[in-house]
Amino acid sequence: MTAPLPNGDLVADGVFHPQTCRLDNGLDVVLVQNHRAAVVAHWLWYRVGTADSPPGKSGLPHFLEHLMFKGTARIPPGQFSKIVARNGGNDNAFTSYDFTAYFQMIAKDRLPLVMEMEADRMTNLRLDDATVYPERDVIIEERRQRVDNDPNSLFFEQLSALQHLHHPYRLPVIGWMHEIESYRREDAEAFYRQWYAPNNAALVVVGDVTMDELHPLAEQHYGGIPARSLPERWRPAEPPQHAERRVVLADPRVRQPSLIRSYLAPSYCSQGAEHAAPLEVLAELLGGGETSRLYRRLVVEQGLAVAAGASYSPTMRDGSTLRLFASPRDSVGLDMLESALDAELERLLRDGVADDELVRTRRRLLAELIYARDSLNTAAHALGATLAIGLTPANLEAWPRRIAAVTTEDLAAAAATVLDRRRSVTGRLLTAAG
Amino acid sequence: MSQNGAAPARVEEVVSPGGLVAYLIHEPMLPIVSIVCQFRGGAGLDPPGRAGLAAMTANLLDEGAGPLDSEAFHRALDDDAINLSIQATRDNWLVSLRTLTPRCQRACQLLRWALTEPRFDEEPVARVRSQMQAAVRRRATDPDYVAGRAWREAAFDGHPYAQPTRGSLESLAAITVDELRALGAGRLCRDGLAIGVSGDITATELAPLLDEVFGELPSAVDLCVPSPVHVRPGLRISPMPIPQSVVHFGLDGIARQDPDFYAALIANYVLGGGGFSSRLLEEIREKRGLAYSVHSRLEVDLAAPLWLGSLATGNEQAALALDLVRQELRRMAAGELDEAELVGAKTYLTGSFPLQLTNNNAVARALAGMRGWGLGRDFLDRYATLIAAVTLEDVRRVAAMLFSRPLVISIAGDPKGIDPSL
Repeated sequence: MTAPLPNGDLVADGVFHPQTCRLDNGLDVVLVQNHRAAVVAHWLWYRVGTADSPPGKSGLPHFLEHLMFKGTARIPPGQFSKIVARNGGNDNAFTSYDFTAYFQMIAKDRLPLVMEMEADRMTNLRLDDATVYPERDVIIEERRQRVDNDPNSLFFEQLSALQHLHHPYRLPVIGWMHEIESYRREDAEAFYRQWYAPNNAALVVVGDVTMDELHPLAEQHYGGIPARSLPERWRPAEPPQHAERRVVLADPRVRQPSLIRSYLAPSYCSQGAEHAAPLEVLAELLGGGETSRLYRRLVVEQGLAVAAGASYSPTMRDGSTLRLFASPRDSVGLDMLESALDAELERLLRDGVADDELVRTRRRLLAELIYARDSLNTAAHALGATLAIGLTPANLEAWPRRIAAVTTEDLAAAAATVLDRRRSVTGRLLTAAG
Repeated sequence: MSQNGAAPARVEEVVSPGGLVAYLIHEPMLPIVSIVCQFRGGAGLDPPGRAGLAAMTANLLDEGAGPLDSEAFHRALDDDAINLSIQATRDNWLVSLRTLTPRCQRACQLLRWALTEPRFDEEPVARVRSQMQAAVRRRATDPDYVAGRAWREAAFDGHPYAQPTRGSLESLAAITVDELRALGAGRLCRDGLAIGVSGDITATELAPLLDEVFGELPSAVDLCVPSPVHVRPGLRISPMPIPQSVVHFGLDGIARQDPDFYAALIANYVLGGGGFSSRLLEEIREKRGLAYSVHSRLEVDLAAPLWLGSLATGNEQAALALDLVRQELRRMAAGELDEAELVGAKTYLTGSFPLQLTNNNAVARALAGMRGWGLGRDFLDRYATLIAAVTLEDVRRVAAMLFSRPLVISIAGDPKGIDPSL
């Protein structure tokens, strides 16, 4: 227990060591074995999400996600989760821009049961008005709870909408209220028939099971569902951004202002994908925790902010954003805070990053991977999201080598490409005067 | 279904040379060690006018300790990928440490400094104070927080449990460094300390580490523990210009050590704890679409165990949703509960139990909790038996006792049709 932290060993080989196969109907099957407890996490991912909303029906994929619990010929409305619970399991689902995922966590001997039920609702969903329209009311309440009741969420929704002029990443996952109110049962049914098919899905299982056990179960429950011809997954492309955008939300409820700067950035799937790994390192270096540059400078040294950080998600199908945020100390104005943020970014562009700062940041990211393996759902989530945006498990497994190979030159190139004010949105959340 | 054939848990009781006890599950699958420890004396012991003292102390323990100032301490954690989190709950301090095995010794050294030699230097004290005050301002716009805060003020007026655990603008401004040292960190002691460990470490390796980390703490200190208190029933409305009302409701609950605790757990599962299987969710969300979230839980704070629930619904529907909550409470109080519901609750509670024990942090936390509540080393194996032993008669009796108790209700928003005299 006294050896030095094995920097080299962290990079060794792979992350989750998944096993994969594909059924004849096109369903991808991925397994990560973890025999710590007699438990499995069973996840089904569909390659469709908010950014595939039909025009005028923003958030419809999320509405369908709710309706997937409304029953089939064999499972009565509202019984899906109850059956899982009666078998000692937990279940839920969520929708994101590029995918929709359904999951159960349950004792290993109940895996066939949840596979049967999940496969059943892939093709046999039965909707009627008596269950669909109360659920639309639930979505309205969900939107009020998550967004309309909270000026911070409203602010974030406006900023995200402004970041994309044309690409549907501008839409809120929950949908705009007036469009939620317009959902019809037929809208959800058409969307379901169009996108829910084995050749548009990936099954990810993590836990106490082997491929010899899983593969026949997958064949038995999912294998009989025929593939369908899928529509082209086409989305309008974002035009080049030539002018910076700014959004100010002033609300009398706000007592603690905040500032966000968001830049269009490449992802692992988009043009400029070579910058994605350096951007992951850059986001950690700028805003990952209390030794990061923004925290040290804005919060500790200059005492201008109470919080500062960065976020960047490289697993987006059509490009991503690099976001920097800061929240001012009492009596500090946002002009001063924004100047300090810009000064930090200019310093990065001008002076670059020293070798030892890069090495530390890389090592921190790599160590987090070991912790990631300590959770069934983290593995399922990382693999599912990777498959759902069109990458392979091999892409994910190469992540440690990719991060370990990032150089200071790569960071400089990524920073120069992304940190251009003309490709940014700056948002300010303020207290309304009076 | 019993425990899904789960293997008996391999919980070891580790006793250090200095007499400290920890529960350990040795799991060498990954090079990770998780240590969770729980000290007596959290935010419920904050003196009057000093709400947030325990929380502020907790936030400052890793902001410089021993020979390291704040920056050096954080760099030491970050460079070795050591995660340290220290929180104050109402009755306890909860400390979680996670490290890669090769850095376990170093991680324990940093934890020892944080617990025994915190520095409270001027810069981090001012910074953490301003951060906590900013958080107070931010929470002021969160209707869920506002409703919960008002609920506690209404229920516990004058008792330490009425104070905000994370403080107010005024109380945070008043806290001094001397108070942080004496009344904050000065409360940490070995008496009542509960330790759980999970991961890549053996009992032989762990035993001396326990003394290294905790051995220098005083064996006991005088703690001014809050006296037991019952809630004061009533209804409070906090007006906010928002489209949806957030409703918190609750009543006196049941102590963790009470023999009827497991019956209460089952009763709560049926009423509001069981997600889509619960009656509140069925009536309020599934049948009527009145809310996205509605749920309830048991809280087992020492001076006032509680049954607490909440929901959020459009302002126009607040009265209807609240009527439905009252209706379901009356049904439970009247003993309306059948065998199928009992069986459903039992299979969920026993079957889902192992799902919570699939990573080192969660296991260490569960083990520390077992030590803290005196549940015994074999609790993980006994849990299913404890649940199975509860009879329908037990649940009806406990439900009748609990859910006929007077309610405290707090609403944040612009609710319509609520009679404040109720």
